[in-house]
Amino acid sequence: MDWQAFWLTIRLALLVAAALAVVGLPIAYWIAFSHWRWKFLAEAVVALPIVLPPTVLGFYVLVALGSRSPLGRFWQARTGHTLAFTFSGLVIGSIIYSLPFAVQPFAASFALVDPRLMAASATLGASKLQTFRRVIMPLSIPGLVTGVALSFAHTMGEFGVVLMVGGNIPGVTRTVSIDIYDQVQALNYAAANQTALVLLAISFAVLSLVYGVNRKVWAVLPWK
Amino acid sequence: MKTDASQRGLTVQLHQHFSGAGRDFALDLSFVITPGITIVFGSSGAGKTTLLDCIAGLATPDSGKITIGNRVLCDLARGTSLPVQHRKIGYVFQDLALFPHLTVQKNIEYGLSGVNKSERQKKSDAILESFRISDLRGRKPAEISGGERQRVALARALVTDPCVLLLDEPLAALDAATKSKIIDDLRAWNAAHAIPILYITHNREEVFALGDRVLVLENGRIIADGTPHGVMAAPRRESLAQLVGFENIFHAVVAAVHEDRGTMTCRLAYSEVELETPLVRADLGTTLLVGIRAGDILLATVKPEGLSARNIIPGRLLSLEQRDVIVAARVNCGAEMEVHLTLAARDSLQLQPGREVWLIVKTHSCHLMAAS
Repeated sequence: MDWQAFWLTIRLALLVAAALAVVGLPIAYWIAFSHWRWKFLAEAVVALPIVLPPTVLGFYVLVALGSRSPLGRFWQARTGHTLAFTFSGLVIGSIIYSLPFAVQPFAASFALVDPRLMAASATLGASKLQTFRRVIMPLSIPGLVTGVALSFAHTMGEFGVVLMVGGNIPGVTRTVSIDIYDQVQALNYAAANQTALVLLAISFAVLSLVYGVNRKVWAVLPWK
Repeated sequence: MKTDASQRGLTVQLHQHFSGAGRDFALDLSFVITPGITIVFGSSGAGKTTLLDCIAGLATPDSGKITIGNRVLCDLARGTSLPVQHRKIGYVFQDLALFPHLTVQKNIEYGLSGVNKSERQKKSDAILESFRISDLRGRKPAEISGGERQRVALARALVTDPCVLLLDEPLAALDAATKSKIIDDLRAWNAAHAIPILYITHNREEVFALGDRVLVLENGRIIADGTPHGVMAAPRRESLAQLVGFENIFHAVVAAVHEDRGTMTCRLAYSEVELETPLVRADLGTTLLVGIRAGDILLATVKPEGLSARNIIPGRLLSLEQRDVIVAARVNCGAEMEVHLTLAARDSLQLQPGREVWLIVKTHSCHLMAAS
């Protein structure tokens, strides 16, 4: 098994999950509570990566990161190289690709918080940010865990976007799913199976965590 | 020189129009309340919760001005409106809205985050003590009783030293004994702090038990304002909604007032029929409306004796009409009254049109309303 690819994938997934835990919160808050009439359009944009073929998404991310786009030029001016075919580029592509998997569970759990609790918090002198931190977040823990875990698992297994944006550079952009593909191409079924099994086990563990947390919290943590 | 009361008084002037869902409704209010408990009494849909939400800043009226002493909470004409968190208003919601993830103590200290730790401890200890919930400080809201939750909600709102306390039917679900103990503690607290308390209810008993003053809200307007006895005993203004459910409505003239017994005698217009009714604030000779539900009238075929009911009126049965499982009998007793009977009662009394009958009406089944 290609341990280099494995650790690279874990590092990528952790970074993406952490970034989405930060970036996803304000977006989810806005989706849950905004009364803007065109909000549905923004919701559709956030959800696009779910239905878009990864190659389409990957293609546009590649173009956006390339040296012809403003972002690509800015990056190149700062660092001297392009974002495409680098680990950083992979992180950016993966954040976009996994965005709905974090934002949707976050927003769904925020929307479930009783509005009267937020009203009570405001009458007790709390600002919107304090209410978010002290009432909305603690009451949304299952949704937050779900969002972070799903974006982690989803990034672990991504293929199309990685191939388009990152290519297949060992130690830089070569992730486990690409490794599996390479092994199969080389008719090396035993190695492919070994890696695939590891991915399967990780995905199962993450989903078990998600469904476990979404039961009552005490059922998972009886020692509370 | 301003008095203390006007420094602390709450002045509300507001107008809000709602439309949609086949309902067109305007809230149009103007009043001043002073420290002490003021009841806002009204049926559901009268606009009570909207009023509280406007004062708290959770809703914005179309126009109006709300001030506490000389502090302006909102003044729509000038386009100013303080955000909710800066209004310093205690609000106990109908469903209490205790934070389910926090202990009783953390709930109570929620509004004290800007206060240093020792001061916070002192304040929360004091309020836990005055509302007798010190034992519960480590429990979560789901682990305490309904009455205890009400106490926590009150304590949480009051610990921040609000300028006004708003209570939205907070005690509706409690038994009378628990309720009166909580009210006693609230009164004791307010004896020391003297803030205006606005207490919303649709329950008549609460009006008499609690208020120094009551505002009666109907269809978005205040239709009466005064002491509970003065306001609630006054004949209520007739409105279409109140007339629904009274099959028998008569104009009646106040013929005698028995202040000592709490009753009056009213003579139905165009007849000699006299009814003993509950006492309301009305002068002799005033014309009122008397409403009697057809289901509240008893019918007898012989003159009954030894009854507590005060109104026993002879008459003649005009007609019987079966409506599903009830029988509507029309009786002429000087005035024409509708009486509802069961099928079994009709059969066992062998009622026929033309038969002589007596109608029995309890004093408190006679509902008096002001004739418009």
